[in-house]
Amino acid sequence: MSKTGLEHYLSEHPFFRSLRPKDLAWLAELAEPLAMEVGDYLYREGDVSKDFYLIQEGLVRLEIHTPGQGELVIQTLGPGEVLGWSVMLPETRKTFDARIFQATRLLAFDAAAVRKRSEEDHHFGYELCKRFSKVIGERLQATRLRLLDLYGQPH
Amino acid sequence: MVSLISPTPRPDPMQPRPFRVARALRETADVVTLELEAQSGPPLTFRPGQFTMLYVFGVGEVPISISGDPYKPERLVHTIRRVGLVTEALCKLRKGDVVGVRGPFGSHWPMEQARGNDVVVVAGGIGLPPLRPAIYHLLRHRRDYGRIYLLYGARTPADLLFPEELQRWQHTLSHASGAWPVRVTVDRAVGAWDGSVGLVTELIPHLHLDPPHTTALMVGPEVMMRFTIAELKRRGVPEENLYLSMERNMKCAVGFCGHCQLGPHFICKDGPVFAFPQVRDWMMRKEV
Amino acid sequence: MHKGQFVLERSGLEQLLQALRAEGYLTLGPKVREGAIVYDEVQQLEDLPIGYTDHQEGGTYRLRRRSDEALFGYNVGPHSWKRFLHPPLLRLFRARKVNGNLEVENEAEPIPKYAFIGVRACELAAIQIQDRVFLGGPYQDPHYKARRAQVFIVAIHCTQAGNTCFCASVNSGPRAQTGFDLALTEVLEGDRHYFVGEVGSEAGGRLLDRVAHRPAEGPECSRAEALVAQTARNMGRRLDSEGLKERLYQNLEHPRWEEVAARCLSCGNCTQVCPTCFCTSVEDHNDLAGQIAERTRRWDSCFTADFSYLHGGSVRVSTKARYRQWLTHKLATWQDQFGTLGCVGCGRCITWCPVGIDLTEEVAAMNNPAISTLPGRQEGGTHV
Repeated sequence: MSKTGLEHYLSEHPFFRSLRPKDLAWLAELAEPLAMEVGDYLYREGDVSKDFYLIQEGLVRLEIHTPGQGELVIQTLGPGEVLGWSVMLPETRKTFDARIFQATRLLAFDAAAVRKRSEEDHHFGYELCKRFSKVIGERLQATRLRLLDLYGQPH
Repeated sequence: MVSLISPTPRPDPMQPRPFRVARALRETADVVTLELEAQSGPPLTFRPGQFTMLYVFGVGEVPISISGDPYKPERLVHTIRRVGLVTEALCKLRKGDVVGVRGPFGSHWPMEQARGNDVVVVAGGIGLPPLRPAIYHLLRHRRDYGRIYLLYGARTPADLLFPEELQRWQHTLSHASGAWPVRVTVDRAVGAWDGSVGLVTELIPHLHLDPPHTTALMVGPEVMMRFTIAELKRRGVPEENLYLSMERNMKCAVGFCGHCQLGPHFICKDGPVFAFPQVRDWMMRKEV
Repeated sequence: MHKGQFVLERSGLEQLLQALRAEGYLTLGPKVREGAIVYDEVQQLEDLPIGYTDHQEGGTYRLRRRSDEALFGYNVGPHSWKRFLHPPLLRLFRARKVNGNLEVENEAEPIPKYAFIGVRACELAAIQIQDRVFLGGPYQDPHYKARRAQVFIVAIHCTQAGNTCFCASVNSGPRAQTGFDLALTEVLEGDRHYFVGEVGSEAGGRLLDRVAHRPAEGPECSRAEALVAQTARNMGRRLDSEGLKERLYQNLEHPRWEEVAARCLSCGNCTQVCPTCFCTSVEDHNDLAGQIAERTRRWDSCFTADFSYLHGGSVRVSTKARYRQWLTHKLATWQDQFGTLGCVGCGRCITWCPVGIDLTEEVAAMNNPAISTLPGRQEGGTHV
């Protein structure tokens, strides 16, 4: 996809929608397209947050390794999802593995660059924080509902 | 005293008709599907979304949604989860056992109104069986509808119902390569599971839909349905296109005993299928 | 056939009663029993509560002696006619397990032929309301239908109003308008004791022809009319039914519900004595050998803890929720369901409530709008 094509693509995505055109252009320039195969690791537990990602195609699995039980799946994320909200917080490390389990194409956005621009341009930084907050909120809400075990036997 | 095995529909809606179990299938640890055949008289015809009252001799009666193909009424199919005395008795039935059936009762899925629209079917847990008749209808009349999606959330992979059918439906409904009409997710993956993990509502934001021309059919725990509705509304699906199946305590199924009321609605005869605007004000209220 | 009003002397009423019995009716009417006026078999006029009246108030019911020998000088007691048309306990069917087959037995039970003597206007209105419930929908209750079809009704226009009566403000009395075979007004004037009546049906006319009666004269009609008119003006309570449905829908979170719930014992008396309450429950029993099973239907009450049982618990757990359910059903959602108010203003619920909760007072208290309205009406939120 060309950079203008990418800009257009981002502008239509709920996460990036309504960002200022210059911010969209900057992000489109920053975006690095990745193609990954089944079994590849996007990142591992303990890695420093290097990028945040927009999944275009495929499925990514967040896992955690437990001795005796192998890989426990936390969550799967598919096309359209944004992965890596912790990028806004410097020096955070990943708490889960992110592994590809269906051939995936994604866009990666360099975390350090995003943080630097956010510090220099607070408007940009605030807009990103709002959007990441929304992602976090939705994940949290869904997680809480899963905890309710609604499909379980009534007590 | 007169003994009656009436071949004609009984005038008294409180009297059950005897049906024989032709097949009993264990679906999961606590779910059984019963295929029933009428002992005499015509098969029971129904519309997707309707339910019957199943009577186990001497134990009691419960409302169970019909989960079979409305175009194949010779076998009356119900998928039952063991949650109490009567459902436990139903889950223990074997081929040849007899049950009493009253019905069919209630309102049905808006298969006619949805024609021409994209259709999103959202099922949570044991909510899939009441939607299966609608799915059969959609499969049979695919050309009358736009894009068709089934979003199905279960507790764990072991709790998934109708796994072979899910695969067949995926195949039948995929128009193009890469299309993904049947999306199954579990709350918790235990063991080998190569599918999605997450709440079923999380599958909604990224569907390719024409929201103003989308009809949604949903069944699941009320909490799940509330959040599903919120997500669909956020996508721009109009409220009047959202349909859900409600549940309340039911004793008679014909609007006389008063138990199943939700505000002014009798779930048994005004429902169980409702358009969301009909029940919105009442289901959002506590202890109604 | 019969136009205009007629007069029956007291002896004529006795003849009427006997004529009904001669036609095979089980004649039911008011009788004194255990300190209250209940409905039971009445074989002759002497069985009626002659010379009795009732003093009713919130949580209070006492019989008192009158200074005259009126046959119908009281209002309504704890019984209503629903116990005959919609029996408290009924067997729906009996089933047998024979050779692995399920056989459902349909007993052709003889349906009693009832004559109700002394039906008040509010009670007639209640019967008509229950007609809509049991006969007006997509299904008909065959048990109600069979009993209802054979009933002969002798109505009485009330000539006094009780402290808890409010039929006038809900348009269900004190004059019975339709639905009776015969309707009478009892008049005691000096040493005269007579009834001014009207015929309401062909069956009523035919029965009247078998007893001594004559056309009513002007003064007699006026006297009867005046008594009923005066009754309408003397109602003990009043229900403000204007915009009632909307008012209740908008006040489902009114603080008053908590207040009334603090008093309510959820004993369910109100639902038992109410002539329109119709909720029932169904029970299955079998014999010890497991060969014969019966399904019975009995009266139930929305006040019971497990009335709304679902998925391991009840939907309406608190007394507040259950009281609210009863009142909003009776006065608001009933209108959406059946096109009429569910309440006929008989006042029984006020009289027989052990703590004297008065629904006319509760409704009036909610005239002052409460703070919160329905949830989910806020626009723009992320939730529904």
